[in-house]
Amino acid sequence: MKFGIVTFPGSNCDYDAFHAITEMLGEDAVYLWHKDHDLQGSDVIILPGGFSYGDYLRPGAIARFSPIMQEVAAHAKAGGPVLGVCNGFQIACEAGLLPGALMRNANLQFVSAEVRVRIEKSDTMFTNLYERGEVLRIPVAHGDGRYVASAEVLDELEAEGRVIFRYADANGTLSADANPNGSERNIAGIISDGGNVLGLMPHPERACSPLLGSNDGVRLFESILSRVAA
Amino acid sequence: MARFRIAVHITPRKGLLDPQGNAVKDALHTLGFKAVRNVHVGRYIVLETEAYDAIAAEETVTDMCRKLLANPVTEDFEIESAVPA
Repeated sequence: MKFGIVTFPGSNCDYDAFHAITEMLGEDAVYLWHKDHDLQGSDVIILPGGFSYGDYLRPGAIARFSPIMQEVAAHAKAGGPVLGVCNGFQIACEAGLLPGALMRNANLQFVSAEVRVRIEKSDTMFTNLYERGEVLRIPVAHGDGRYVASAEVLDELEAEGRVIFRYADANGTLSADANPNGSERNIAGIISDGGNVLGLMPHPERACSPLLGSNDGVRLFESILSRVAA
Repeated sequence: MARFRIAVHITPRKGLLDPQGNAVKDALHTLGFKAVRNVHVGRYIVLETEAYDAIAAEETVTDMCRKLLANPVTEDFEIESAVPA
């Protein structure tokens, strides 16, 4: 399977994603330049973390107008898998691929830490190798990660089972202390109504090796493999 | 066509947590400005654009705010009257 990793000016997790896909997963990956219009036959698109366009205006606000995003949007509309990590989640929200927005962390601090996230739903394209309620150790590194949406949208996401990850403590209990950025309802990741676009603030690609402290992120990529290949 | 200058104020949507505004408010309290009740920190954008008249210029900038300058989920915007640039 071929993963296409979009490089925007200011992306800095594209190499991490490339390493995770090619070295840890053993699959093909290509970098897709933001000015191109060609997904190069990629089956899965990754919008990586970083600070595209220096976060000018708002994180993700300019990147969504990059030429490649037209192709990414068409890929998503056709049901193709899109994974937005951190800045990629912000870009996906700005592009309207996912509802809501990511705002400045409630504590105003850039948070770079390993956090725990609880799996809320395991019958998705991205989480089918996890158990519901399982708690993962995954790093976050962001200044604008507070997920915000209107109460109606939040209720809709919950009712439709589209909240996929929530910040929790080691026992899986939700609390304000376990929430690194003040996200509404401890939301760390959501999925599109079609189930093929996932956005999350934590970095699964940085949790793919015991050497790096955790390999809890590997099954996210393996889940995509098992579902998309099937 | 004439050239107009328009200023746009973008502020966090009322009712949403504004940690930056709260931090500034706390600092003002510390400085002795105890009467301050609310602070909101936003963006101020000044742009010049070609348009047939001021109304057309304002309509175009409103469209820009909806599509790019402001986030419809988290921000409110107000545009000032267009003035000849």
